[in-house]
Amino acid sequence: MRPADMLNFAWQVVCGYRGRTLLILLAMGIGVAAVVALTSLGEGARLYVLKQFGSLGTNLVIVLPGRSETAGAMPGVLLGKTPRDLTLEDALALKRSHAIRRFAPLIVGAGDVRVGALRRETPVLGSTAELIGIRGMEMAQGRFLPEGDPRQSLPVSVIGAKVATELFGARPALGEWLRVGDRRFRVIGVLARQGESLGFNTDEIIIVPLAAAQALFNTEALFRVLVEAKSREQIPYAKEDIEEIIRLRHEGERDVTVITQDAVLATFDRILRALTLAVGGIAAISLAVAGILIMNVMLIAVTQRRREIGLLKALGATGREIRLAFFTEAVLLAIGGAVAGVAFGQLGSHLAAQLYPSIPFQAPWWAMVAAPATAVITAVLFTVLPARRAAALDPVQALSRR
Amino acid sequence: MIRLTGIERTFVVGEEQVHALRAVSLEIAQGEYLSIMGPSGSGKSTLLNVIGLLDRPSAGTYELDRRDVTGLDDYELARARREKIGFVFQFFHLVPRLSAAQNIALPMILAGIEPAARGPRLARLLAEYGLEDRARHRPDQLSGGQCQRVAIARAMAMNPSVILADEPTGNLDRHTGQEVMLVLERVHHNGGTVVLVTHDPEIGSRAHRRLRMVDGAIVSDEQS
Repeated sequence: MRPADMLNFAWQVVCGYRGRTLLILLAMGIGVAAVVALTSLGEGARLYVLKQFGSLGTNLVIVLPGRSETAGAMPGVLLGKTPRDLTLEDALALKRSHAIRRFAPLIVGAGDVRVGALRRETPVLGSTAELIGIRGMEMAQGRFLPEGDPRQSLPVSVIGAKVATELFGARPALGEWLRVGDRRFRVIGVLARQGESLGFNTDEIIIVPLAAAQALFNTEALFRVLVEAKSREQIPYAKEDIEEIIRLRHEGERDVTVITQDAVLATFDRILRALTLAVGGIAAISLAVAGILIMNVMLIAVTQRRREIGLLKALGATGREIRLAFFTEAVLLAIGGAVAGVAFGQLGSHLAAQLYPSIPFQAPWWAMVAAPATAVITAVLFTVLPARRAAALDPVQALSRR
Repeated sequence: MIRLTGIERTFVVGEEQVHALRAVSLEIAQGEYLSIMGPSGSGKSTLLNVIGLLDRPSAGTYELDRRDVTGLDDYELARARREKIGFVFQFFHLVPRLSAAQNIALPMILAGIEPAARGPRLARLLAEYGLEDRARHRPDQLSGGQCQRVAIARAMAMNPSVILADEPTGNLDRHTGQEVMLVLERVHHNGGTVVLVTHDPEIGSRAHRRLRMVDGAIVSDEQS
């Protein structure tokens, strides 16, 4: 039998038993649609989280003082030495690296902020003009910290939106003076509302020049340095350069930890991908159920069409051709179900995307391949038994009964 | 040409052995018109199935067109059936979802003949059996006589060495039965070998050679 004729023959069977075909298409379709829709849910969640991380700033590398070792204790601890501080001079030395676009040293402390009689305890950040670009923050009013020598302590501050309303109420905050500890700062900018971004609520902070914060908290030690690499590809080089530059400055000791945004992202990525896979796997169970339905229907077909099978054998069909006819039929049904399922799954994730526009629902490419492939493979596997039974049918017996 | 020598066929039913065929030896020449008659259970259908390569004899040898087909495997048996045997059944056995033309083309499709070569042969068969205006009808839209004509056309599609008809008129009224017999006899007139199983003496006596079977053995072999 020529392949085209085999396909045509199976097609006629599929078209000939409409109710049965619809039933299988429905079962297969639901299975495939479930895989597509659920993985697109998982993938949507993954992309959503990635986007949230992206709002941290692009190509971010974070430098922390101290080294966290995964294996063994820190030699410094054993020797009773505290890790060396990360200083502004260390940060400025990073300018030498070609992989780094810009960086913002950071000091964080809690400050007692006063305006007239109003007092408020607020996180105070000391940094430089580069911070706004690196963190991707936006201004609501005024401007950010001025560019210039980071060693220079200017009495200016930028405040979060919530701080502004709490300290100044409806009055314009720009140009007003506020007091942090024993120092006075003029408000030159108010940050736009941004909300929580990984544990830091930028609405509730006050940002002052780095040197001012150093004086305020009486420390030279930086909390961390935020570094922006020139591009995504440059991140590993930036990391290497940072480690090397700091090591040279710290007398050959590797006493800083460099975290790339990629590493953090990769962890979340792995977790959510595994979650998507698990959800997809659960949905794939429905495909197995559809496979069992196919087996049942095919077994019934062997009984129903035993005369036809007997006839085909009498007309010279080999057992192999009979088996192949059943497999072709099952594959046709599976492909039909898969196409319907992918269409319905896409429709479902489209609807979900309409309802929750902020989450990018989208079935991952591997699910779009794996779900139909699983459908076809299940169909073939579950047709083995019926097809063998059909091929083994005795034509004399099959034809003798009416 | 068919040559059966010492064919035995035994079935095991429960604990008993049933002899469906006992030492059947038979030679059928090319172009013969032969009928097999006998009471039900006499083994005539079993003999037909053995000749048609649907059933394997328990003992004996079977030569079809000078080739020993007794020991062939399933695949070769299927090929031999496809090329040398044409079946006509009592209950027509047409595929219900296929049109008359598609049913007739089925043996050619199974044999893997190119569609281009199938077309003219199909047209010739439809014309020869007067089915041109029924080509697109499905079996449930055809009369019994038409169904059997489709079945005969299908049996002839591969130009077989022998046409085996098992009670071809058994499911038809007298008049239609006569018509079908005329069609089968035309196959014979055109040089085809026809073997007919029937228990209707009137139908059976039309054949030029008549076998009688009782209890799995051939008891008479008349020629006229």
